[in-house]
Amino acid sequence: MASSFARILSSKRKVGIWSLVGAGSLTVGFFLNREQHVNAGAHVRRIYPASAEYPDLRKHNNCMASHLTPAVYAKLCDKTTPNGYTLDLAIQTGVDNPGHPFIKTVGMVAGDEESYEVFADIFNSVIRERHNGYDPCNMKHPTDLDSSKIRGGQFDEKYVLSSRVRTGRSIRGLSLPPACTRAERREVERVVIDALAGLKGDLAGKYYSLTLMNEQEQQQLIDDHFLFDKPVSPLLTCAGMARDWPDARGIWHNNEKTFLVWVNEEDHTRVISMEKGGNMKRVFERFCRGLQEVERLIQEKGWEFMWNERLGYILTCPSNLGTGLRAGVHVTLPRLSKDPRFPKILDNLRLQKRGTGGVDTAAVGNTFDISNLDRLGQSEVQLVQTVIDGVNYLIECEKKLERGQDVKIPAPISQFK
Amino acid sequence: MPFGNSHNQLKMKFSSEQEYPDLSKHNNHMAKVLTPALYEKLRSKQTPSGFTLDDVIQTGVDNPGHPFIMTVGCVAGDEETYEVFKELLDPIIQDRHGGYKPTDKHKTDLNPSNLKGGDDLDANYVLSSRVRTGRSICGFCLPPHCSRGERRAVEKLSVEALGALTGDLKGKYYALKNMTEAEQQQLIDDHFLFDKPVSPLLLASGMARDWPDARGIWHNDNKTFLVWVNEEDHLRVISMQKGGNMKEVFNRFCTGLTKIEELFKNKGHAFMWNEHLGYVLTCPSNLGTGLRAGVHVKLPNLSKYRQFEEILKRLRLQKRGTGGVDTAAVGGVFDISNADRLGFSEVELVQMVVDGVKLLIVMEKRLEKGQAIEDLMPAQK
Repeated sequence: MASSFARILSSKRKVGIWSLVGAGSLTVGFFLNREQHVNAGAHVRRIYPASAEYPDLRKHNNCMASHLTPAVYAKLCDKTTPNGYTLDLAIQTGVDNPGHPFIKTVGMVAGDEESYEVFADIFNSVIRERHNGYDPCNMKHPTDLDSSKIRGGQFDEKYVLSSRVRTGRSIRGLSLPPACTRAERREVERVVIDALAGLKGDLAGKYYSLTLMNEQEQQQLIDDHFLFDKPVSPLLTCAGMARDWPDARGIWHNNEKTFLVWVNEEDHTRVISMEKGGNMKRVFERFCRGLQEVERLIQEKGWEFMWNERLGYILTCPSNLGTGLRAGVHVTLPRLSKDPRFPKILDNLRLQKRGTGGVDTAAVGNTFDISNLDRLGQSEVQLVQTVIDGVNYLIECEKKLERGQDVKIPAPISQFK
Repeated sequence: MPFGNSHNQLKMKFSSEQEYPDLSKHNNHMAKVLTPALYEKLRSKQTPSGFTLDDVIQTGVDNPGHPFIMTVGCVAGDEETYEVFKELLDPIIQDRHGGYKPTDKHKTDLNPSNLKGGDDLDANYVLSSRVRTGRSICGFCLPPHCSRGERRAVEKLSVEALGALTGDLKGKYYALKNMTEAEQQQLIDDHFLFDKPVSPLLLASGMARDWPDARGIWHNDNKTFLVWVNEEDHLRVISMQKGGNMKEVFNRFCTGLTKIEELFKNKGHAFMWNEHLGYVLTCPSNLGTGLRAGVHVKLPNLSKYRQFEEILKRLRLQKRGTGGVDTAAVGGVFDISNADRLGFSEVELVQMVVDGVKLLIVMEKRLEKGQAIEDLMPAQK
């Protein structure tokens, strides 16, 4: 099976990365290392000076608007990545969506791996704010998918109803959802489902393309809560992620319905491991095993995931850099959730709560979605351990309150280990 | 997207087959015309400002359409789009505009004295009269493609030009982002305020970028002449008033447009126009005159007559609900307007509306009295 697409031949450890592009084109070489050398693309044609093009951000409240000064805009507005992605494209979603006075959105996206280098002057500030001070300029992000290091991780199922771990992965050499062409998106689909077809045992499964799905398959996926729909959030549509829908989008899951991959939704892939009950250890074990197996399978064909030492796994939204990991449980805490110290306890444990419908939903009947706050600066093992230790603490608090005992706010755990 | 040249270079690394959109479930004009062969032929091209084939068709790819309604499925990013991509757009124009050929010439006639009658549509039936069109300013990219700087320049130029209008055309500009609550409410009450587009047909083409930057509404003090700035087109120009005096509405329309054109020319800017396509606008459906002349008219009996649709078709008219396109009629009141845009002059189209509506009212009156109207059936115009 011949492919005219970029073949990346490198390992995570190597400093230099070469990308060989198809017939009739230049060979573009770029180095992603601490010194950040990137061959930028052609300059953008512009009739008006930067000051005439600078967006009106006076009513805006997102991370991009907080840091995109006229000076930074002027410095970056004529640059492009080797694929031709521009600053205006990266910030369009933040310009179009001023944000909410109480919720601070990120306000920009990456169109490709090089965006984070070419537009580092704005991305680094946004990353520092969003990831609570993590500084890409002088810090390294640890990656650790060795699930054997996890201690404990089997929750009391009187309280924990389900356990889930999710992340994303991008295929190096292909543009990200805001910028990819139809051909690139189709290539992402091909590469990923080719690899997933190689999974065996409890990971063996099947791919359902959104364009080819029949009514019955669609209904089953809805019933399983697996089906994702065309994005309606203007945060996503303004970034161009819904173009050409539903071309090259789909859902893969294993036969046991405990390992699920979304293809070409908000990222190249979103990978989810989940099951009912409180066995987070097994969920994470399957997560790591599945991810590593998929990585091995794509490497056999000469592909790899986007990753670097500073930012960890590269994803479309800066909020998902690092591990891109959200490990969480649905847990019932009728007494603790009514205690006025609940938010502070969560905060010190570096956990966040959501309703059981996901982000921006309300809790139903004292059942909460509790997950890690952080994404970048700590490894997968560290974050899952944080969730395990934290949820155990919450359950202990709930039990204490059941017995009429008082609870204590725990000491805040340190953020960057 | 503005200045997308570099993106087009990226696409050229992949074969045409790999990039060709899946149009198998699509029902719009673009999907009917864009074969793989045509896609291959045009995909390497771009206009001088960098608008590409994929930019033209994105809205049609993202919106497969409806089985019963045929949308256009493409937009222009600048004046040159219609030239660079003529092999795609000419057949679409032909299909959409009743067989208008690539060699046809379009007549422009904004002389209101050429309109016969139209000042006496029966006000017992005609509640209001309105004429609208659009105009694009040469040298600036259109809403799907313009940068913030360009859009602001269009606004600045428009505000200056409109600011020079005098007499009964004298008025005021309300920028969307500076409007006070009171001004906003007044504009809503007057039915003047336009909102950020919600239709996916428009959003997918990039027209709502940077909203509400450089968008606004200008209207004269009498509230009979209105201009929208940077909504779906650079300018949308509307003349309207209560009652059935279409002649007066059209007079003001022509006078106002002519004055505005002059004011723009004085600043060194012409409107986009050519002999073949007439006035150039963002959507191919609005080429030619870009004109929709219409009335809100009470036709409770005629609208139930079995040949109502056929009558309208023969008169080259279309009906809409009084909320505009895609709304339903309320209380027997319809919005009746010209179906054509290109291939007829402004005067010809308004004449069709005036003559047509007159006939519709005669028919309505007959049906009210229980009389037959078969003898009044018009021939196909």
